[in-house]
Amino acid sequence: MPKITYIDSTGEQRTIDVQKGLSVMEGAIQNKIPGIDADCGGGMACATCHVYVKEEWFNKLPKAGDGEQDMIDMAFEPKKNSRLSCQLIVSDELDGMVVTTPSKQT
Amino acid sequence: MIKTDVVIVGAGPVGLFAVHQLGIKGLKSEVIDNLDKAGGQCIELYPDKPIYDIAGIPECTGEELTNNLLDQIKPFKTNFHFNERVQEINSEGDNWIIKTSQNKVFSSPNIIIAGGVGSFEPRRLSVKDAEKYEGKNIFYSISDKNIFKNKKISIFGGGDSALDWALELSKIAKVTLIHRREEFRGAPHTLNQIKKEGKVDIKTKFQLSSISGQNNIESIKIKNDDGKETEVKTDYILSFFGLIMKLGPITEWGLNMDKKTIKVNTENFETNKKGIFAIGDICTYPGKLKLILSGFHEGALASVECFKRARPNEKYRFEFTTSSKEIQARLGVKTK
Repeated sequence: MPKITYIDSTGEQRTIDVQKGLSVMEGAIQNKIPGIDADCGGGMACATCHVYVKEEWFNKLPKAGDGEQDMIDMAFEPKKNSRLSCQLIVSDELDGMVVTTPSKQT
Repeated sequence: MIKTDVVIVGAGPVGLFAVHQLGIKGLKSEVIDNLDKAGGQCIELYPDKPIYDIAGIPECTGEELTNNLLDQIKPFKTNFHFNERVQEINSEGDNWIIKTSQNKVFSSPNIIIAGGVGSFEPRRLSVKDAEKYEGKNIFYSISDKNIFKNKKISIFGGGDSALDWALELSKIAKVTLIHRREEFRGAPHTLNQIKKEGKVDIKTKFQLSSISGQNNIESIKIKNDDGKETEVKTDYILSFFGLIMKLGPITEWGLNMDKKTIKVNTENFETNKKGIFAIGDICTYPGKLKLILSGFHEGALASVECFKRARPNEKYRFEFTTSSKEIQARLGVKTK
């Protein structure tokens, strides 16, 4: 199973196996990773699963669509490498991906 | 004090359909919602976006679904209490006493919480000292635009609210519109109009980094992606970053919670408190799906238990709307 590493705003790292086909958000929720709220449940309607993706991985991801960019506008402290983790689907290619969660989601 | 069979907290699609399920059983409900209109997330988050998974409706928007549900419950002449939030609940015998933020008091054997992910609040600015100026120099909505006359206004956001107010206020004030990327989410024709009139200073790829001033804001600093800062003289900040959802006082009612959701018994969607039910996005149970269609089912089952509690001396009879004369009478159907 691909491994995804979640780093919270204090620097604490958690690496977990996430089943292929699940989103990075679902991987976090199922494993009770703090820092990702996902209030809307993956509907791209809330921006509370916002993460920063490490650059080397950010460039490998399919580009964010308009709907996702619109929501990132509203996220807490968006940056160049901001994504909504509900839109990042785990695959073998993303094995080892590192994401950082913002200091808060709302 | 308003006495009723059921108090429904939340006027989203699931709360609205619960009115229907209760209504056909002859139960009267009162609906309370923090927003100024019905529809919940359907209206606030995606009024124009299509929904494809409502049974029997191949495609509809959030707004159309809301309007159809309001039509469907029209026969029950339900009272809606908008711009109010349930503040406090207390038990009194078999009844619940419900107090709202507007000091309205309800008495009812049943409360159905259909609160979605909580009540909507504007997303607030998080930079240092922002709190100090909120309501004075920082606004998240506008009630009187005249206070901005001849002032320097910095508007943040890329949606319709930001664009509409930038255009409107540029007629009476000096407006700077600041957005984190080149593309705007709001209507292209508004942006074109703003550009055509040329009165708004548009700064894209910038975000707010700091605020300075004494009693009032005097200037702000904004920074671009590379960290380069620019100062903008500012009297007022208008920030339009949409709404967030907060659970509010519900967390203090002694209900069994799992993070931001309420645990229920799937037989009747009752919580750990007798007569308090949770349906829709706010409830959780093994296998829960946050779908509107699931919320409709949850409301139907909750309404049966509500009937038993509101009419303890009557026997609940399962009936179809197609064949029940009684239900059809409640719906105002003229029988041939």
